[in-house]
Amino acid sequence: MKAILRVLGLPALLVLAWWAYSASADNFYVPDPGRVAAAFAETWFGERLLDDALPSLGRLLAGYVVATAVGVGLGVPIGLSARLRATAEPVLEFFRAIPPPVLVPLIMLLAGIDDTMKVLVIVSGCVWPILLNTVEGVRALDGVLADTCRMYGISRRHLILRGASPQIMAGLRQALSVGIILMVISEMFASSSGLGFTIVLFQRGFQIAEMWSGILLLGLLGFALSTAFRWCERRILFWHWSNRA
Amino acid sequence: MTRALPAPVYGAAGLAALLAVLEAAPRLGLVDARFLPPASEILAELGGLLLTPGLWIALGETLRGWALGLAIAFVAAVAAGVLIDLVPGLRAASNSTIEFLRPIPSVALIPLATLLFGASLGSTLLLVVYASFWQVLIQVLYGVADVDTVARDTARSYGLGRWSYIRHLVWPTALPYVMTGVRLAAAVAFILAITAELVIGSPGLGLEIQTAQSGGAVPTVYALVVLTGLIGIAVNVGVRALERRVLAWHPSVRGTSQ
Repeated sequence: MKAILRVLGLPALLVLAWWAYSASADNFYVPDPGRVAAAFAETWFGERLLDDALPSLGRLLAGYVVATAVGVGLGVPIGLSARLRATAEPVLEFFRAIPPPVLVPLIMLLAGIDDTMKVLVIVSGCVWPILLNTVEGVRALDGVLADTCRMYGISRRHLILRGASPQIMAGLRQALSVGIILMVISEMFASSSGLGFTIVLFQRGFQIAEMWSGILLLGLLGFALSTAFRWCERRILFWHWSNRA
Repeated sequence: MTRALPAPVYGAAGLAALLAVLEAAPRLGLVDARFLPPASEILAELGGLLLTPGLWIALGETLRGWALGLAIAFVAAVAAGVLIDLVPGLRAASNSTIEFLRPIPSVALIPLATLLFGASLGSTLLLVVYASFWQVLIQVLYGVADVDTVARDTARSYGLGRWSYIRHLVWPTALPYVMTGVRLAAAVAFILAITAELVIGSPGLGLEIQTAQSGGAVPTVYALVVLTGLIGIAVNVGVRALERRVLAWHPSVRGTSQ
């Protein structure tokens, strides 16, 4: 009972405050929670789920997977060779420092405005944190551990991927939030479907409750993805000290 | 194996190789020069832009949104973090709310910002503050929880007041965490400042990119993108320098300098 109160107490209070505010202030931009909930059910449990929400998620996933493959695939050789690392590092730092959203207009120029463009945008933003963290993780591999593995005939690939995995996961976590941002933004530019497009459409049509329901959906999506990520991370890094306490 | 050269030599070689590829690919016709102009052209364009006052005004707008948003988020997050730590039971009660609100992508607020503020500094601030607030708050919460129990008991038995307890015990303990939060938030805030300008049209570099792109001024788009990258690097370097300065007394920094 106490635990439930602890988890739900403050959120309930906040919703109550929202409701009280919308009832008393009569602000056009702040509809009451009931209307937003109704709009949420009406808008998203139907065609829009299939036409807008799922394709958005699919593109995010595709971009994320490609970025992971490229980032880890390039990061391991760069991390292993000191000379390659010294050569590549300034270039990589520069690319990482570019705010990913400015790549949207560039990639629109190069790849048009179809699905490929949106996936490419997500890849181009997600790949840098993964790549740089992989390089850092591989570089920092313990020398004694490497020698021990050689002695016991444990495969080098196993050592490298396992040893660098905490860093790689840190990169993947950063890449996930970048990916969500880019998923939304790539759809706000020149698009006719997707979550980002739909929310802006509601906003332009002053469908305020629907717009709020879209914000709510993006929020739930962000929360669900980060929860799923944490679950995966715990499974993959089950051996790491941070998960053994 | 030859003698190892110093790392900056390799780094310069890497940058030179990148420029050479970007120069050669359009010149040799591997990519359409209309969509990817040669590197020399991009850099010349950037040089030309740097001589125009409009660019510096836009740069100023972007940096103002960035700095102002970061400052608001910092003050709010530190105040909220300390408050959550001081009020008994509040940490447990607020945990679920924070864990839910934190992963909400701040770009979800773009439509709301557009309605409330339109294409102005307010929109930039809303996105920047929301995105950087959580980065700092989480670190503050880690930091204030890290106060050594012996030190806390000592402070209590010496009768430290609430204010000096915060000033002399909580703050120094939390500061390294806070600086980590600031470092993360500074990078995120820059991304969101540019995003707000690019998507909503608040004045700044993002709006310049958007205008150049819709006007078909391809070299200008590339030049501005390069510029944002350079500013991004400057932000990272600047915040790291600040971190080292503020934490000069801390064991993690003390050993490394000089």
